[in-house]
Order: sequence, then structure tokens, then C-alpha cells
Amino acid sequence: MKIHEYQAKELFRKYKVPTPEGGVSDTVQEIEKIAAGLGLPVAVKAQIHAGGRGKGGGVKVARTSEEVTAAAKAILGMTLVTKQTGPEGRVVKTILVEKGVAIKKEMYLSIVPDRSTATLTIIASQDGGMDIEEVAAKTPERIIKVPVNPITGIRGYHVGRVMFGLELEKELMKEFSAILKSLYALFVDYDCSMVEINPLIITEDNKIIALDAKMDIDSNALYRHPDVVAMHDPNEDDPTEAEAAKFNLNYINLGGNVGNMVNGAGLAMATMDIIKQAGAEPANFLDVGGGANAEMVENGFRIILSDSKVKGILINIFGGILRCDVLAQGVVQAAKKIQLSVPVVVRMEGTNVEEGRRILGESGLKLINATDLADAAKKVAEIVA
Amino acid sequence: MSILVNRETRVLVQGITGKEGQFHTQQCIAYGTKVVAGVTPGKGGQKMDGVPVFNTVQEARNQTGANASMILVPPPFAADAILESIDAEVEVIVCITEGVPVMDMLRVKNYLATKPTIRLIGPNCPGIITPGECKIGIMPGAIHTPGGPVGVVSRSGTLTYEVVHQLTQVGLGQTTCVGIGGDPVNGTGFIDCLKAFNEDPATKAVVMVGEIGGNAEEQASAWIKAYMKKPVVGFIAGLTAPPGRRMGHAGAIVSGGQGTASAKIESMQQCGIYVCKDLGSLGKLCKEVFT
Repeated sequence: MKIHEYQAKELFRKYKVPTPEGGVSDTVQEIEKIAAGLGLPVAVKAQIHAGGRGKGGGVKVARTSEEVTAAAKAILGMTLVTKQTGPEGRVVKTILVEKGVAIKKEMYLSIVPDRSTATLTIIASQDGGMDIEEVAAKTPERIIKVPVNPITGIRGYHVGRVMFGLELEKELMKEFSAILKSLYALFVDYDCSMVEINPLIITEDNKIIALDAKMDIDSNALYRHPDVVAMHDPNEDDPTEAEAAKFNLNYINLGGNVGNMVNGAGLAMATMDIIKQAGAEPANFLDVGGGANAEMVENGFRIILSDSKVKGILINIFGGILRCDVLAQGVVQAAKKIQLSVPVVVRMEGTNVEEGRRILGESGLKLINATDLADAAKKVAEIVA
Repeated sequence: MSILVNRETRVLVQGITGKEGQFHTQQCIAYGTKVVAGVTPGKGGQKMDGVPVFNTVQEARNQTGANASMILVPPPFAADAILESIDAEVEVIVCITEGVPVMDMLRVKNYLATKPTIRLIGPNCPGIITPGECKIGIMPGAIHTPGGPVGVVSRSGTLTYEVVHQLTQVGLGQTTCVGIGGDPVNGTGFIDCLKAFNEDPATKAVVMVGEIGGNAEEQASAWIKAYMKKPVVGFIAGLTAPPGRRMGHAGAIVSGGQGTASAKIESMQQCGIYVCKDLGSLGKLCKEVFT
């Protein structure tokens, strides 16, 4: 789960990672007041989860009170489009105002888990303030990577490797060391899947400050972080995906016209792929899970059909523990209840498949039976062609 | 022959008194698995469908000689359950639980690295089955065919069932099928299974099923090119998955251009793996390649 910059900075302050002074608001008037209290210049920053806000016009420096008002008016309510939001962008509802700081140097610092080595990797670079993937591609020698085994935790030599790699001045080392250790503690304590500071700056008066803050928290660990759950911003959710999540359905819109409902994530991905190979475009990813019941199938139908682009639906179920006859009853019940408006191709296999096919056949519904996966994809592609 | 589990394997179930634990224990017993013990702290001394329940894994192991464990406990308790089995020196630990925090698994994985004789499968996996002998997991037993010659290793659940079903349809039985799980950090990986299949005389060929996210498939492909003596058919799910989105499995995500299906397919092809591009024809391809 991603949180906003201002929320991440609240956690930074709790862990004594220095951030600029600032305040958050959703009205122009309040923003003017915060800016006046901080003293000019200030940075006016749109609070959305996507990166690339500066390039999209969502971050402005204001040197006069007029500029503060102009920036607040321009950013609040704007549809901010960045390379991470997609073309539809995101409407800005909240602004963070921060006291301006004189920058001497911009660095990059992040921590991410490395799945193949089962370590936490600290990534740092002297080239902060830029797109780090670009730095990694063009000048990989400018990136320092230090793996930390989670059992030993962060040690002095880890910090040393980062600091010497960054060619940090001697007088800043004590301060940097404290910041990096705190950031590591925050990462572990909060079950993060990413913490990133870009840029981490050295000010003209030789202080280290986190000018930006990005945090992503492992959704599987949210049960032990109620304070993070409280930070959830429904504004950032896709409404259909949020609706699906309420019913324990995993739905992702993909923009095509063949809706599909599958049990299991791997089979769902493979079903999307086979739809595409048959010459059509998948409208969604929808995993109803291994324990799907009639109610979940009904909700799945409703969610797929809420997308007006959908012209046909493919149901692909491999009945294991979930028996095909139970599933077939669910499909029939759901189809009758919600009055299906588009053709549905059903491909079922596994436990009690004969009984399942009989139930579908005798239901009086216009369901198209497919004999196998290839047949199913071909049939649904023909429908939408 | 088979890998990791067989008719001699003695299984204990952690979380046997829960709803899932009870149901899947019954299913495993019905398949013929030797389930010798259950563990639920505080319920020691009870019996569940004739299986004695113990308070601790150590006690269960001492009293019954169990040498494998199936874990069906809720996510907050899964890491503890795995560590308890590791400390009791249970040889094969199968964690079915989905939703275990990554930080927990990072610690488990590093601790496990100090115990080279112990094997963890999962978490977030369907389990492992040696058809006709031993099923430790939640997969439907009936779709499998005993006797080999094919070994199956996969990151997925139902997609594995689809693959096994197609193998059975074309008359290819299976030695052992291992679901290694869909989480970013897991125990046994592709290479561990490939090594075991390579050394198992009954396994004549292998099907490897991967998906987007991480680089385990690329590493496995390189290993296959260097060491594998048997033909491998590969399949990768997620060609149409958009970048930056987690596709159901916690580990199934393309991020920063890494972990794409096309990169995995390409590395498989370069390493001599027969790549199946259309899931509908996987059984047919295996029949052609393996016979």
C-alpha cells in the first residue's frame, strides 16, 4: 500500500529522519496561511501517489505570497498527468507546503527487498534529484548497492560502504549514519516494500534533509500496522477495483472488450494471454480465488459488466476443491439474477465437470460451451470480432 | 521414484483443527497420504478424524516420527509455524498459507539457509504431490496420473492443475508435481526442483511453469542450459499483464522493466527449453517433445 509524501514524512519525523518544516491542506486559504507561517520561499507540492509530479507541473516554488496563491490555485483540483498516472491522470485534492531550503548537493537513497538473495538492499547515489532508473542505465558506476541480511540487521560497515561510496564529507558522516540507521529501522518496523528519498539533500549550512519521501508498505503486513491503514486515501483507488476488493475479488481493468473470470492468479494471467493470442483484447484480470462460491461469481459478473466496453465474457474455471457442479449452479443463479447482456463462453474442467456441463446445458441460459481452452478463446474472440 | 515425498513420508499438519486444516487433512488422507499427527497449540491430546493432535511440532515429531509438515495456519502465524518445524528438524515443510508478510519470509529464508537438510515449499502454494503415493497440499488428487515420466514445477496453483490435466489427457503421467508458490520470497525454487528431477531416474522430462515478476525463471534457464540432462517444456503466464500492477500473486509484478514474460520466454528459448506459447496446446507439445 502506497502512502502520500506528507504521510511518509510524518513517519520519518517519528524516526528522527530530518524533513523540511511544512503543513498540509486542501484549501487555498489554508495553504496561504501555512506559507505565511513558514516564511518565504516555500515549495507547493501536489500529494498524489504517482511519481514524476514535478515534471507534470504538480510541484512549484513560490517566492512571494502572490506566487503562493497562484501555485495553490493552479495545483489544487488540477488533473495531474505523470508517466506513472497513465493518460487519465489524477485529480489533486491535497497540497503539502514546505519551507524552502538552500541546496548544496542532491543525493539518492532507498531501501528495497531483493527477492532472489532474500536481503534488504540499500541503494544510494550522488546523482540525486533525477530519475534513478536513468542514472542506473547511463552511469551504473554512480549507483551504490549494499545488501543487508535481515537477521544481522544494519551494521556500521554497511553504513560505511554507503557513505564512502557517496564520497561524503567527514563532518557529515555522524549525521548520515544516524539517518540511514533510522531509515532502516523504519523500513523493518513498518514492513515496507520500498522507502525512497529522492533527493536527500545537503543544505548550504551543511545539514542533511529528506526533501522528498516515498513509502510503499507490504499489504500482507497491514494487519500489524493500523496507523498505516488509517492513512489509506480512497481517492487513489480505482473505484471498480475497490468495489471488487470488498468481495475478496482481485480485479484489474485492462481496457479491452473480452471480460474474463478465472479461479487462480496464474490461470487468470494465462487466460488473458490466450484471449490476446486468439485476436481479441482482454478487458480485465479477475481472480475469483480457489474457494469461489455463487455469490462471488455473481459479484464478478456485476463488476465485469460495469465496464461498458465488455462485449463478451469468458469464464475459465479449473475445478479442484471448487467442484464444477457447484460453480455451474453459481453461474446459473448469478446469470438469472443480473440478466446477462452479453454472450458468455464457459470453459470448465476438473472435478464433477460432466454434472457441471449438464447444469449449464439445462439452465435455459444462452451460455456457450467450450470444450477446451483453445476452443474457448476462439469462440469468445469470434463474438467480439 | 519421485522427488522429496513418497509413500513412506509421514506427515504432520500444523493448524489441523482449523476449518481449512481439517478439510484438507481429510482430502490428503483420502488420497492415501500417511497423516500421522496434527499440531494445534492448546489442543494437544485431542483427536481429529482419528489423527492425534499435539501442542508442539517437537512433541508430534518425537511421538509419531513425522518427517514432513503441511502448514495451514493464518498468515500472522505462518512464519512461526515454519520456524517451529525447522527447529524440530522436520525435513520437508510445505506452507500453503497465502498472505505471509515479506519481512517474515526474509528472516525465515535466511534462517533456513543455515539448515541445508531441510526443505521448505511455499508459502502461497498448492503443495507437492507424488501421484499415487503422497499428496501434501490442496491440489485435486484425481487429475494426476502415477508413474511418471514427467516432473512438474510451477509458481502457480490452478495453472498447474491445468498443466497436469493436459499431461494426463495425452497419456503422460507424473513423477512429482511441486508448486513452489507465488510469493516473491519462497523456500524451494525452480533450480532446487530441477536438480532433484535431474537426479531422479524415474523422471524423464520436466514441465516448468513460470509467470511474470523477479528473475527466477531466467536463473533456472541458465541452470538448465548448463546442467539439465532431460528435456524441459516451459510456459510463462502474463504476456498481457500491464507493468507496475500486481497480478494476484504477491510476486507477480513487472517493475522497472524487470520480470516481463517476454524476457523470460526469450531466456528459456536461448537455453534450449521448449517454450509453449499457447496454454491450450501444452499437452500436445509435451507429447511431441517427450515421446
